[in-house]
Amino acid sequence: MAGLANVFGSGAMSNSMLEIENNNLMFVIGSNTTETHPIVGLKMKKAVKRGAKLIVADPRKINLVKFADLWLQQRPGTDVALLNTIMHVILREGLEDKEFIKNYTENFENFRGSLAEFTPEIGEKITGVPKEKIIKAALMYGEADKAGIYYTMGMTQHTHGTDNVYAVANLALMTGNLGKESAGVNPLRGQNNVQGASDMGCLPNVYPGYQKVDNLASKEKFEKEWGAKLSDKPGLTVTEITDAAINGSIKAVYIMGENPVLSDPDQSHTVKGLSSLDFLVVQDIFLTETAELADVVLPATCYAEKDGTFTNTERRVQRVRKAVEPPGDAKEDSWIITELSRRMGYEMTYHHIEDVAHETGRVWPAFSGITYNRIEKLGIQWPCPTKDHPGTSYLFKGGFPRGKGLFTSVNYKPSAELPDVEYPFILSTGRQLFQYHTGSMTRRTPAIETIAGQAYVEISPEDAEALGIKDGQVIRVSSRRGSIEIASKVSDRPLKGMVFIPFHFKEAAANVLTNTAVDPVCKIPELKVCAVRIEA
Amino acid sequence: MSFKISIDGKTIDVVEGTTVLEAARKLNIDIPTLCHHPKLTPFGGCRLCIVDIKGIPRPVTSCTTPVSEGMEVTTSNPEIERLRKTILELILSDHPYECMTCERAGDCTLQELAYFYGIKDNRLTGERRLYSKRDGNPFIERELEKCIMCGKCVRVCDQVQGVSAIDFGYRGFDTKICTPFERNLDCEFCGQCVAVCPSGALTGKAWQQKGREIGVREVETTCSYCGCGCNLTLHVKGNEVIRIDSKEDTINEGWLCVKGRFSYSFINSPDRLTKPLIRIAPKESSEFGLRPMGVRSSEYNSAVGSQHSALFREASWDEALDYIAEKLKAIKEKHGPDAIAGLSSARCTNEENYLFQKFIRAAAGTNNIDHCARL
Repeated sequence: MAGLANVFGSGAMSNSMLEIENNNLMFVIGSNTTETHPIVGLKMKKAVKRGAKLIVADPRKINLVKFADLWLQQRPGTDVALLNTIMHVILREGLEDKEFIKNYTENFENFRGSLAEFTPEIGEKITGVPKEKIIKAALMYGEADKAGIYYTMGMTQHTHGTDNVYAVANLALMTGNLGKESAGVNPLRGQNNVQGASDMGCLPNVYPGYQKVDNLASKEKFEKEWGAKLSDKPGLTVTEITDAAINGSIKAVYIMGENPVLSDPDQSHTVKGLSSLDFLVVQDIFLTETAELADVVLPATCYAEKDGTFTNTERRVQRVRKAVEPPGDAKEDSWIITELSRRMGYEMTYHHIEDVAHETGRVWPAFSGITYNRIEKLGIQWPCPTKDHPGTSYLFKGGFPRGKGLFTSVNYKPSAELPDVEYPFILSTGRQLFQYHTGSMTRRTPAIETIAGQAYVEISPEDAEALGIKDGQVIRVSSRRGSIEIASKVSDRPLKGMVFIPFHFKEAAANVLTNTAVDPVCKIPELKVCAVRIEA
Repeated sequence: MSFKISIDGKTIDVVEGTTVLEAARKLNIDIPTLCHHPKLTPFGGCRLCIVDIKGIPRPVTSCTTPVSEGMEVTTSNPEIERLRKTILELILSDHPYECMTCERAGDCTLQELAYFYGIKDNRLTGERRLYSKRDGNPFIERELEKCIMCGKCVRVCDQVQGVSAIDFGYRGFDTKICTPFERNLDCEFCGQCVAVCPSGALTGKAWQQKGREIGVREVETTCSYCGCGCNLTLHVKGNEVIRIDSKEDTINEGWLCVKGRFSYSFINSPDRLTKPLIRIAPKESSEFGLRPMGVRSSEYNSAVGSQHSALFREASWDEALDYIAEKLKAIKEKHGPDAIAGLSSARCTNEENYLFQKFIRAAAGTNNIDHCARL
């Protein structure tokens, strides 16, 4: 998101789900859409039925490949090379949008030079994708009138994730696929309210509405609204917090509804960090693996037990409504936070939960026009600055928040940990259709467990045969961080030399193996590439 | 190209390619149908939507008949209604009269039409299709005796979901909707088929005997799984969510995935935390999460109760919150505010996230606040 914020001035999905149906071309890269965003997947299938072209770039033969006109099976971690080569071909064929580049962007001439070396031959060599296919993708994307790019963590969970995002943005800028309907750059957000948690300022460097903590005017604005002295020092990210806990500079952590023991890279590192703390508070609906490490566990409510709003991947703020009473003494998170705050000597008084939304609107203009009354039936997409503003279905109409769209030269950098003799396979982690994140909700549904209750590692038939591994056989997967036993799933999905493990399963947790190396800008860990060894 | 047609004496402008049924619906004229769905291709299977068109000697199915210029349509007259009633009697001649115990009673198009056409004693009786085999999949109950062959499930699975897990099998009276080789259903279990089924043939296995319409409230909300933000309708009886579906006029057009539609039993899980807990076990002894291979979480979860009593004791909210406030204040005092950090949640609401970061920034005094956007 920081990547998009830097080049456009706003980091969110530029277009809407509904617009997908009218795309002329969809370029899906690093997103297993039908499993991780099933309803976006349906819109893509509908677009294909209506005649849209679909290019899928993924190291795995994901379900969406079945619907694709073209599939590029790049080696994990080589997306920059793939995208740069595509752009090289677009320039060579003169398919760039010269008017758009002239009117709405800057730094194009500098950037153009950075593509020179990415000939189709070089692209093929780095990515493993035949150059004919790369050229075909470039022609298809470059010639399409309305081309939308869709990506998820397959692009961002790399040590060069920000570079990947810059490359995607460059491609859209170069072809003028921004600021119009059914096109754009669309990072699909993986969790129900990850967009909202970011919008609300649950990030170490920004207040609500992406207003920087080290900007004096923003700081003063929030100090006035909140009646408190605030720090202008940007805080630590989740992975940095773990490191700081281990080195002793962080003493207390308060976790609301997260399970980093299963979701963060290098589990033993995470556990070590959380165990080193003087004080850990975990507020959750279940006694998660993380809660087991806590000093105090607070029973919270789930989505069916409270009122409020979620913001979906297309920036649409929608109502959440209380349907049932929470169990036992469990309390709404908002009650817990305000009560605790009062006991800490800082009063927060709200008569109704909507008052919090109104306060958000006071400090963040893009949210000002959203009231519960207006979203009673249908949610509104921010920016929505006034009570009579209809909301914004696609961003950047007539220009970018930062002024001009910025071309950023990026070079291909290999992943932090590549396979070698000792650890010869690439491991990618991710999700599957039936389970969700760390499984604390889906794994408590018996039917889900019947169908998808077992952890597995996807391995290609060639690799399985070479190692003498049969489908379903329990094998050992080890990395420099740890080792797990897990059932094999011999499948034509992964690229030869690559294995895939969904991270939902605590009994064979993929994050025992993963690498904590992070992207230098966004601090996103490299969960999509690390080196592992397989033993039958 | 657009032109005028008339339906029951009302004139309407329609574009070429519109069907007579669609045009009638635009005029709010209700034509009964069991096999039509606006998002699926017309099928013409149930024959209930027959209408008279001037100049055509026999009634035609309005769902498959495109409009043409100057068309004059009659959607209801005694002869059409007589035919519709006979069609319904034919469908019902092979239908188990199990409305008393049927999961879909009250939410069943077939039942509703039988009611409107007053079909009490069916003059048409005959051989019945009986199926003893039950589908062993864990999500979707398939009661083929109640299937009326409208084919909506087949079309939605192919045209919307792109899976094609089912199709018509066999011929004539033996025709049934089945999977390849009549194996258990093995698909994405999105339940789109359940959502479009007009009878009691397809229901959720988890719905059984949890409640139908009486005393069941509907609550509109937003799904708490992925970022699509599908709109859900929670069906609530007492204090329990007993069923989830979605309305057609939503951003997700009524379509859901397996998690949104079927994975809700965590809400009432006996594993839910119900009391604040304060640690009693020393930290070193805490043995966390890693379970041996092959242990199902359900087995593991049933062990949670005994395990947590070894690690924690229950406390009141006052005790727990005072304890936290005191500890955080002491740490802030001794090590400064930047020794405190907060992790917020993408599962929680905007309002909760706003409050949480406000607490960390204004009450604790640090910008050490993050959430799982990176994971």
